[in-house]
Amino acid sequence: MKPASFKYILARTLDDALAAKTEHGDEARFLAGGQSLVPTMNFRLAQPAILIDINPIAALSGVRDGASIRIGALTRYRMLEADPLIAARQPILREALPHIAHPQIRNRGTLGGNLAHADPASEMPAIMLALGARMRLQSAANDRWVDANDFFVSAMETALRPDEMLTEIDIPDSPPGTGTCFMEVARRQGDFAQAGVAAIVTLGADGKCGGVRLAFCGVAERPFHADAAAQSLIGGDGSDDSFRQAAELAMAALNPPGSTHASAGYQRHLAGVLARRALTTAHARATTEVRRDH
Amino acid sequence: MTTERHAISVTVNGVRHDKTVEARMLLSDFIRHELLLSGTHVGCEHGVCGACTIWFDGFPARSCLMFAVQADGHDIATVEGLADNDKLSPLQQAMHEAHGLQCGYCTPGILMTMSHFLASNPAPDEQAVREALSGNLCRCTGYQHIVDAVLLAAERMRG
Repeated sequence: MKPASFKYILARTLDDALAAKTEHGDEARFLAGGQSLVPTMNFRLAQPAILIDINPIAALSGVRDGASIRIGALTRYRMLEADPLIAARQPILREALPHIAHPQIRNRGTLGGNLAHADPASEMPAIMLALGARMRLQSAANDRWVDANDFFVSAMETALRPDEMLTEIDIPDSPPGTGTCFMEVARRQGDFAQAGVAAIVTLGADGKCGGVRLAFCGVAERPFHADAAAQSLIGGDGSDDSFRQAAELAMAALNPPGSTHASAGYQRHLAGVLARRALTTAHARATTEVRRDH
Repeated sequence: MTTERHAISVTVNGVRHDKTVEARMLLSDFIRHELLLSGTHVGCEHGVCGACTIWFDGFPARSCLMFAVQADGHDIATVEGLADNDKLSPLQQAMHEAHGLQCGYCTPGILMTMSHFLASNPAPDEQAVREALSGNLCRCTGYQHIVDAVLLAAERMRG
């Protein structure tokens, strides 16, 4: 038994879970998929006094249709991979999911658990930032929505308060004429990305780039949106040169941490190459999307 | 510190077990030390190596990344459940014939991962097999023969 002792609380309803968190605050952690929390407990990097197991709370799981897509925080990656609504309305999620660890991990891991863990190398935070998703943070006393950009504070640090749970993620539909692309480079299938990028391009009625989002994972202390690079493309026609210049702007804005396997310079280089490729692909997909609509 | 124990009822390979466990007992340790099913191996104990892969409610999962207390009321399958008495499963037989194991430490996890993979992918190509294997480490680095075995099993299972 590697983890330190803890008190186990099985929460059967959201109210029970939030009441327990209000009572115990920072001493307690929610146990969702456990695919990030349990390894840190096995290393004893984390020694929570209390675990509140939220797995039985069915209301926290599932994909709901509406003006936007709402994903329950306890929805497992496996469910997202199989969900037709996700494939149709947010193909960038479908494209990114196979990059997340391995099937055994995706069978347990949850979207909300991943976002609340806020590992900057992780794919989903960057994608949520690119998509302009909102996080629903609930406590026994409060219920608020926070934009992805404000939710991710730093490495493993979010806007969550000690009494709150991330319960739901709201992803707005992209406007017509939008193409998306996710790409990453990892040493092996399923490893953490040395650099990854989510690109979203929306074409206006005139065929020019009307909206561009460009978010990176693995190259900063939190998911990083390259504002200047994205802005430089607005009003342009999506030429190879414009994407090359945007990639250079993104590289200039990045200050990657570097690691044993990838120096900071290599990570920056990767980010630039991936940005150019992902923007090119997203733009091509947006063009196809426009043709389909007409 | 607490030594509070929790009563759990777990079905493993079709057999129900009623036990009490400390909250911090990993599911992998429970399977090995409480149920004495030592076929499930423990390698890295942080979710990287895949040696401890079992099926939890029908889906492969790392048993070192779950607590036994979470298995209460759930259904688990381990490598001991693959063979039909003395008759090896098609994948086990293929692993034997294609020399898909050297030291054998990673084998139970690979069998559990790839049995599930074959059930949902009856006609995989080599690349798909390699990707499916990516969550299971073999430190003898004998992947080629494992890939051969999975492809052989797939062929036989298609009949």
